[in-house]
Parts: sequence; structure tokens; C-alpha cells
Amino acid sequence: MKTAKAGARPPAARISSDAAFQYLLRLGDDRLVLGHRLSEWCGHGPILEEDIALTNIALDLIGQANLFLELAGRAEGKGRDQDALAYFREAVDYRNLLLVELPKGDFAFTIARQLAFSVYSFLQFEALVKSTNEDLAGIAAKAAKEAKYHVRHSADWLIKLGDGTDESHERAQRAVDEIWRYTGEMFVADDVDRAAVAIGLGVDPSTLGDPWRGHLDDVLKRATLIVPEVKFMQRGGRTGNHTEHLGHILSEMQIVARSFPTGGW
Amino acid sequence: MQAELTTEAVWEFLDQVMDPEVPVLSVVGLGIVRDVRLDPDGVTVVITPTYSGCPAMHVIERDIVTGLAAHGVGLVRVETVFSPAWTTEWMSDDAKAKLVAYGIAAPAKTNDDGGLVTLTRRGAVACPYCRSTKTTLRSEFGSTACKSIHYCDSCSQPFEGFKAI
Repeated sequence: MKTAKAGARPPAARISSDAAFQYLLRLGDDRLVLGHRLSEWCGHGPILEEDIALTNIALDLIGQANLFLELAGRAEGKGRDQDALAYFREAVDYRNLLLVELPKGDFAFTIARQLAFSVYSFLQFEALVKSTNEDLAGIAAKAAKEAKYHVRHSADWLIKLGDGTDESHERAQRAVDEIWRYTGEMFVADDVDRAAVAIGLGVDPSTLGDPWRGHLDDVLKRATLIVPEVKFMQRGGRTGNHTEHLGHILSEMQIVARSFPTGGW
Repeated sequence: MQAELTTEAVWEFLDQVMDPEVPVLSVVGLGIVRDVRLDPDGVTVVITPTYSGCPAMHVIERDIVTGLAAHGVGLVRVETVFSPAWTTEWMSDDAKAKLVAYGIAAPAKTNDDGGLVTLTRRGAVACPYCRSTKTTLRSEFGSTACKSIHYCDSCSQPFEGFKAI
């Protein structure tokens, strides 16, 4: 990467445009990676309706990712479109949460993760409707409606599983225990978030933690599940420090585009 | 382009372009055509997607261009906007009646206050075949992003419903 000549642009402008790019990249990457994880259920759902539901949600997420990455490419201003960003970046350049890259696990794990992410996602979109970036605000208004459906779907299922048989209860609790230490990363505000808030583009994620916890507590209680005690929250995805799982899913996702870089279909 | 072309005529032509996934509804009846502009260099049709990931949007764009071409309208530009977000409130009563006749329950009023209620109870969806409201939601998601799957406990018929968003 070329280094910009000193004095070529005022430092403030460089920081904000970079922050806009990074912020939009995070929005896109979370949904791209989770959408691909969910698509792994295609043909493997526990019942036909769920096979359809999970892949429908995957489609919504990949559709959202497409829009956010297009905006990110424009903010970056180097001519990269959504495909270039999705298919020709390495794992270290991905900015998604660790939560969304974890393997799909069993159905309970998938549902618990969907609930955690969908509530977070809805709260994000609800706030992003007020973004000064009109494109982002418009996409957020549409995506909020989709996220609301996703929340209903996963909340219903978590209650069915938690308040179901001994085995489904045990698996649901194990799933909640496993995802919990990855949920803290959603609410950590860093320089990118602060800069995105300062330019009117983004929302401060630390303000979403309390309402998120309120919704999760409500569902878990009805599901007869308990909130695990976690002393340490995992993080790193927002700065490119990923788990080993991301490289594997990216290689699968990117192989066709990289093998036939000029291919169209 | 003919000099006498009007926006009204273009709207009429568009009303003959059917949604590829729900072929009884036109793209106008579905509410996805938001604006038609006659510019000196052609026609601009402004559309909005039903869902962010709706895979039918590319087909719809193509169908709009070919549909207008069939009426001799060339130089068509299709522009996509995201705001304001599409809502089933934009579907006409006529469109809803066509849906039911086709075997898909029409969307209820959205009644959306904007906030998140994690456990919303849904209103009963009437069976498009026997009109009974003794029906059960089988899945929030159906064969396309815009539909859900239901089962009628009265006439034992599974059916799809248009999601109210």
C-alpha cells in the first residue's frame, strides 16, 4: 500500500474518511460472514420449514452486506466494489465480530447466536435511521424491518428449545453458555466508532448494550435458561484478530471468484 | 421515442409487468415502482426492493426494460432507491384481492410502532381457501422472502401468507 504524502490532505479529513470506510466495512462484514454461516444449513435444516427459514435469513443478511460493502467501497474511493471487498480480501482485513464466524454448531447454537446478533442488529439499524448519510439511513430503515423478523424467529425457537425436552433444554443452555463470551465485543466502542459518531455516520455501540441485555434477559427467562457468568469477554474481530474459523469459511466463499476473477453469472 | 409519450402511459405499461415470483401482481400493484420520469434522453423508472436480498430484483429490472420496449419505449433507465423503505401498506386493495384469489393470504395492517417487541403475538391470518381464521403459523419464512407458511386447521390446507412489513 502506498503511503500518502505528508501534507497531501489535512489529517482530520483522512481520519474521518478512513473511519467511514472501516465503520461501513464492519456493518457489511458481520452480515456477510453470518449470512454464509447460515447458508451452511441449506439442505441440512432439522425440518423443511427451518431449512427455508435459515436460508431466507441468510439471503437477507447477504443482501444487506451487499449494500453496506457497496457504500464502504464508495467511502474508500479506490474503485473497489462490493465483490472486490467480499472476495479479494484476506481474513486479517475482515472486520466482523468473532461471534459471527464461529462454526454453525448444532441447531441450538445457531439459534442462540441468531438471537444475540439479530437483537444487536435491530438496535443498530434503529439508531442508524438517523445517520446523516442518507444512503445508510435508507438501508437501515429497510433492514430494521428484516431484523425484526429475524428476532421473532430466533426468540420463538429459543423458547421452544429451552422450555422443551430435557435434551433440547440442555443443548440450548450449552449454546447460550458458549456464545456469551463472544457477545461483549458487540458493545465495545473504539476510535472507529467514535469517529463515525463524530461525523454523524454511525452509532456508539456502547449505548446498545443495556437494551440488548433487556431483550435477551426477557427471552432467556421465558426459555427457562440462565445467563452465564462470564468474567472475560473475547474480542479481536474488529481489528482483524480472528479465530482460525474465519480463514476456512473465506476460502470456501472466495474460491470461485478467485479462480475465475473476471467471471460473471 | 414518440413525442406523445406521457408518464401516465408509462405507468399503464408498467402495470402489465408482473412480479416474477407472484405473477398475479404487477410491479405497480406490489408498490415497488416509486416514480416515473420522462427525461430528454429517455425514461427513468425508480423502483425500491421489497427485501434487501430479494433475488428477483435483477429479473424485475430486466422485465421492466423489456416490458416497456414491447410498447416501443426504448432508452429505459431503472434506478433503485432504498428510502422510504417498502411496506405492504403500499399494496392496493385490488392487489390484495388478487393475492387471495391466487391462494396467498393478504398482508394484515403492519401496525408497526417501530420498536422491538421480542415476543410479538401475531394476529390470526385468514385461510385464502375457506376464510377460516383457525390457522397456525408454521414458519415465518416461506418460498420467497416476502411470504410466511401457514396451516389451516379448518380445511387442512397449507398455504402461504404475505408478510406484513
